Amino acid sequence: MDLNIFLIQFLNGIQYGLLLFLVASGLTLIFGIMGIINLAHGSFYMVGAYLAFAFTRATGNLGLAILLGLAAAVVLGLVLERALIRVLYQRDHLYQVLLTYGLILVFEELRSVLFGNDVHGVPIPQWLSYSIPLTDTLSYPVYRVAISGVCVALVAGMYYLINRTRLGMMIRAGASNREMVQSLGINIKLIYTAVFALGVALAAFAGMIAAPIASVFPGMGNQILIISFVVVVIGGIGSITGTLLSALLIGLADTFGQVLLPELAGMTVYLVMALMLLWRPQGMFRKSA
Amino acid sequence: MAEAYTPLIEAKGIHTYYGVSHILHGVDFAIHRSETIGLMGRNGMGKSTLLRSMLGLTRTRRGEVYVKGVDMTGAEPYAIARQGIAFVPEGRGIFPNLSVRENLMMAARPGVEGKRDWSFERVIDTFPRLAERIGHWGNQLSGGEQQMLTIGRALMTNPDLLILDEATEGLAPLIAVEIWMIIRAIKASGIATVIVDKNFAAVNSISDRNIILVKGNKVYDGSAEALRAQPELHQKYLGV
Repeated sequence: MDLNIFLIQFLNGIQYGLLLFLVASGLTLIFGIMGIINLAHGSFYMVGAYLAFAFTRATGNLGLAILLGLAAAVVLGLVLERALIRVLYQRDHLYQVLLTYGLILVFEELRSVLFGNDVHGVPIPQWLSYSIPLTDTLSYPVYRVAISGVCVALVAGMYYLINRTRLGMMIRAGASNREMVQSLGINIKLIYTAVFALGVALAAFAGMIAAPIASVFPGMGNQILIISFVVVVIGGIGSITGTLLSALLIGLADTFGQVLLPELAGMTVYLVMALMLLWRPQGMFRKSA
Repeated sequence: MAEAYTPLIEAKGIHTYYGVSHILHGVDFAIHRSETIGLMGRNGMGKSTLLRSMLGLTRTRRGEVYVKGVDMTGAEPYAIARQGIAFVPEGRGIFPNLSVRENLMMAARPGVEGKRDWSFERVIDTFPRLAERIGHWGNQLSGGEQQMLTIGRALMTNPDLLILDEATEGLAPLIAVEIWMIIRAIKASGIATVIVDKNFAAVNSISDRNIILVKGNKVYDGSAEALRAQPELHQKYLGV
């Protein structure tokens, strides 16, 4: 393979992996800390993409659309946690799967009613809509570089939040002993609400920034949900570091799989998962809780 | 001032069940400022359940819990803790995935009237062993160190009342002696304490008052001296 093509695919893989991290990190936090299997997490990605589409159409400005979309996503997260998810904390995983699967259907139906079943596009903002020339014939779009840059900043922010702040300490403590956290005078329910809203906002944000390159289409949430679960399982449930490494691995595996083994393209991700689970069944970074 | 006579925490006739088992049969309990109470009884007599019921960790079916004169029956555990009640639970409740420093820092809070007697530095001074282990994970500590960490963590909330459930359980005798010295120092600093411990003699030597539970009923409530003067009660209620 030509070095330039390799480089382009490598950048694509990293960029896809970072995007996956935004979705999967929320999934792993919500499971690791609150014990909730959230099948609707992919729907938040879809909600983000459609919000970006709708707000861009209304305002003509992707940046503004993302700000509006983020605010809407946070409100959605807060309302869902208070109204529905909270009921599930003391329940069996079966209830969680049933309710969050129901949410998928609700979101898909809403999407169909509001936006129809066509594929929509979101334009790349003018100032990001050019490419960096690599050779005479090859170039790399600046928008993808920008996505990766924003994602890296978010990864750093998440790492800081979880590992360096008192809120992060409380979140991790809540994952290991909820009752003890409360006995220290900390309102764990408030923390759960915040973590859930954060997860929704991250997934929606991923959908928003991906919309200009991946387009906006029915079922997009379920696609990313399945890959995100693969990422979470490989990374080790509840581990942010594991989720990051695993997301990058899956991003690269999927991208190179489509180039190198096109006839197996749909399978490479699952082959990687099978191999990783043979090697470390508990995931890369599963902590004993 | 009336506040001085209002109990820090008070239970009135509480009944608590685990499923169909009736654990507490209408227990009354009250502790005042700067008081040290030894809560005694054989295993399974309801001591931990009484503590958990007052702390909001276990639901009571009947009866009321007052914190500083305010009815907090059925309140969230965090709301009760925020009134200056700190808990050192049986089994210690260390966060294994947090470092020693983080275990302490996450709990830091000024007391109810804004007092900041227990800073991170003072806690570390009180437990020099924790200073040596400050960067270790909670699960890398010995039992004694974990116990010091739980007590230190409770002090970080600047409480008015510290509740210690089996603080010396499973510790080597020399370490247990160290813990008892710390509990004495805490008592001397003016923090009220409720102590549950299998070492009745040690409890009796530090407590102002003792309460004995038998099968979820209070059978004794009196001064430590009075209990010492009645060894037959020891045999009757506490002997194995």
